[in-house]
Amino acid sequence: MSNIPILKERESQIFRKGKKPFDMTCGKHSLAGSVSQRACVFCGSRVVLYPIADALHLIHGPIGCAAYTWDIRGALSSGPELHRLSFSTDLREKDVIFGGEKKLHHALIELIHQYAPKAAFVYSTCIVGIIGDDVESVCRAVGEKTGIPVLPVHSEGFKGTKKDGYKAACEAMFSLVGKGDIADISPKSINILGEFNIGGEAWMIKSYYQRMGIEIVSVMTGDGRVNDIRRSHGAALNVVQCSGSMTHLAEKMKEVYGIPYIRVSYFGLEDTSQALYDVAAHFTDDPEILESAKELVRGEIQAIYAELQQIKQKVRGKKAAIYVGGAFKAFSLIKALRYLGIKVVLAGSQTGMQEDYQTLKEMCDEDTIILDDANSLELSKYVLEKKADLFIGGVKERPIAYKLGVGFCDHNHERKIPLAGYQGMLNFAREVFRTVSSPVWQFTPKYLSSTNSHHKHPPGPPSRGEFKGKLFQMRLP
Amino acid sequence: MKSQIKQTSSKEYTATKNACKLCAPLGASLVFKGIAGAVPLLHGSQGCSTYIRRYLISHYKEPIDIACSNFAEDTAIFGGGANLKIALQNIHRQYFPSLVGIATTCLSETIGDDVPMFIREYASSHPDESTAPLVHVSTPSYQGTHMQGFHNAVLATVKTIAVTGKFSNIGHVNIFPGMVSPADLRYLKEILIDFNLPFMMLPDYSRTLDGSLWPEYQLIPEGGTTVEMIRCSAGAAGSLEFGRILSREKQSAGKWLNETHQVDCHHLGLPIGIRETDRFFQALEVLSGRPTPEKYQEERGRLIDSYVDSHKHVMSAKVAVYGEEDLVVAMAAFFSEIGILPVICASGDRSGYLKEELARVFPDDVDQSIRVMDNADFVDIESTVQDAKPDLIVGNSKGYAMSRRLGIPMVRIGFPIHDRVDASRRLHLGYRGTQQLFDRIANKLIEYRQLSSTVGYTYM
Repeated sequence: MSNIPILKERESQIFRKGKKPFDMTCGKHSLAGSVSQRACVFCGSRVVLYPIADALHLIHGPIGCAAYTWDIRGALSSGPELHRLSFSTDLREKDVIFGGEKKLHHALIELIHQYAPKAAFVYSTCIVGIIGDDVESVCRAVGEKTGIPVLPVHSEGFKGTKKDGYKAACEAMFSLVGKGDIADISPKSINILGEFNIGGEAWMIKSYYQRMGIEIVSVMTGDGRVNDIRRSHGAALNVVQCSGSMTHLAEKMKEVYGIPYIRVSYFGLEDTSQALYDVAAHFTDDPEILESAKELVRGEIQAIYAELQQIKQKVRGKKAAIYVGGAFKAFSLIKALRYLGIKVVLAGSQTGMQEDYQTLKEMCDEDTIILDDANSLELSKYVLEKKADLFIGGVKERPIAYKLGVGFCDHNHERKIPLAGYQGMLNFAREVFRTVSSPVWQFTPKYLSSTNSHHKHPPGPPSRGEFKGKLFQMRLP
Repeated sequence: MKSQIKQTSSKEYTATKNACKLCAPLGASLVFKGIAGAVPLLHGSQGCSTYIRRYLISHYKEPIDIACSNFAEDTAIFGGGANLKIALQNIHRQYFPSLVGIATTCLSETIGDDVPMFIREYASSHPDESTAPLVHVSTPSYQGTHMQGFHNAVLATVKTIAVTGKFSNIGHVNIFPGMVSPADLRYLKEILIDFNLPFMMLPDYSRTLDGSLWPEYQLIPEGGTTVEMIRCSAGAAGSLEFGRILSREKQSAGKWLNETHQVDCHHLGLPIGIRETDRFFQALEVLSGRPTPEKYQEERGRLIDSYVDSHKHVMSAKVAVYGEEDLVVAMAAFFSEIGILPVICASGDRSGYLKEELARVFPDDVDQSIRVMDNADFVDIESTVQDAKPDLIVGNSKGYAMSRRLGIPMVRIGFPIHDRVDASRRLHLGYRGTQQLFDRIANKLIEYRQLSSTVGYTYM
């Protein structure tokens, strides 16, 4: 759509794969006035720490930041659910003048007394530094008084981008690491990093490793527990997914505790299997681990293969647009979509780095659009131009897709359906099918204009006899 | 009376747990979404606009673009002027807006940005016609809630834009409906059209936030009140402003137009229930010089008929209702007509008028106590609900967790409704909206009785 203007300052963050040499700007602060899909530093911290279910998460500032992040993610817990509550110091005008330290102190004491958390994270919001609150010293004092770790998270919204928030979260978590007893940890053990247990994904991943004979010391942070993090330095290997958010912690653990790390992804058959094999490869002294991994992969793929093939017949040839938080996820999505016979025509991320975009470029077909920190107008422009049938993104992208008559799959934190691992791939394929094959599109302007007749009678519903309702058996956890 | 209505306000400081309110910039953004061709711009951190967009999108299920001046570290040190101007420029280059609504945030307010000065500077350096009118509203999230943000944005818009004039040769009216659903706004417009009253409704997001699919991308969704009409608000024959609590506040758009431009203001409650809706229609009769069209007399008739047919299903039911103060007061007024006792009336707002306004609705002969909670959060509300054991919970979807834990059925009204598909299509106002509320509440009570019975009745 040529009628959607692109801001000149944004042009270097948009790349069309073709003859031009690759040159892409990224890692920039979002342009003022451009409706970026990004959030802020606070969001980065909140999103990483959120699933730690037995910790108190207190947001120090006026009410907004806490209200908008109350119970917004599908991060499940097998036990305590403190993470699903929203706590705020709810600063008011006089606190802005006289400071909010007293309220913070009071709130922490009250909440720790009431909810008995194993640790407390105190998130600083924009104005905290400006009004001069010494959050560190309040945390220290309350920690001494209550006997639990009270950890400041330096997440003032404007002090960088979401990535800086990830880093602040990693710093806070790192202060817990090394504090627990590791005597009984197996040498064949790992930490799972960057897995947030959306819809129970961490449980699936954990079970794969356990079946391979590997002990899981901690998951950071899905279904997370403070005590597990405290003893995470006892693991032999850190296995990092969502590398954008967690590599900083893995690096620190490598530096201080000598724990090596590998990067993996659990999205798609190929990447999930690769993850299991890569972990097995780390424990070469026990060949049984690799053998069990192979057996597991075989069995898991066998269980879903037939239905995947059926779905593939139905969805192949469609075109997809991807816009996600971290670029690493986009790599996996491209592979998984390709497996289903779907071509990616647009790929973008909020926080990708130069080398990520280089990889994206190499993976993508000619003429694919690659976007860094896109805004809704750019996304719309290219979704239309590239005639995408499917958009994969988060809540903010969903209405863009729907308004334009394009199918949508939520691949963000709000979803309820696990998309990781083998069962997750099947769920994803079902999701793709349910959106691109829905008969509703026949009534959309996009469909009607593509058939070149506004008055044409829509075709009858597509036959889906062979599925016999199987695709609709999805259960919520 | 005083002893019957308890107020658990002015409590000692405690942390806010599961807030029953949102921040002021959200309300302001919503108002600007209801002006034709307008782009809301938050002056602060990127997260503010993104979180608010996400929150609104989950309710309205429409694309909602809210721009941001996107502070960086140096912005907070040197002031946000430069960023605000870049933002304004980029919005003009990309959206071609007919108005930009600038709402501040806690960050820009705390560092003391002089936004009116920035706006003057921007306007004088961009004197060309393509520069849209710029409305500034001060909305630090440490002051008030989303409702103050909403009302202040309406006021700021009128103050900035209104001059005088008429867009119709019959005297037109202003209507300030407050924060109601797109379906409510559509119904209000239908009523005004049926009274043959030209009107300026602010805001009007009935189309911008509840529209059809797009054949082509729309930079700014169609619909909304035009700047031209808002300009004429000072020349209106009268204003209608909803909200009993709002009418107690020092400032409002209706009051300002009255004081500055002598436009008569009819202060009404949100028209929910027979009595409040009657008052609204009486005001329309006065302003239009016409009787209420038969269509609405029939709606009223059917509503009363259903009140009678189903009165025993709802009589003596105990309800916990929460939400914005004006919504709570209006719902209480409606409940008083059908024998429902709102044993808990709670809000995250704290105008200080909630108790008094509820006391007007429930006169002295109420023989049960009503717990009035302002400045309340959902943890407070839940423990009170647990104690009072109402039959029904009525409020926005954020009470669902409480409803589930306590096993008390719930009817969703207002904003936000994040767990149902029809938030924009839910009607609350007028005879028709009351009918929907009444039916939904009666049915929910019936359903619960049916479910809790061992018999499995098929007639209720």
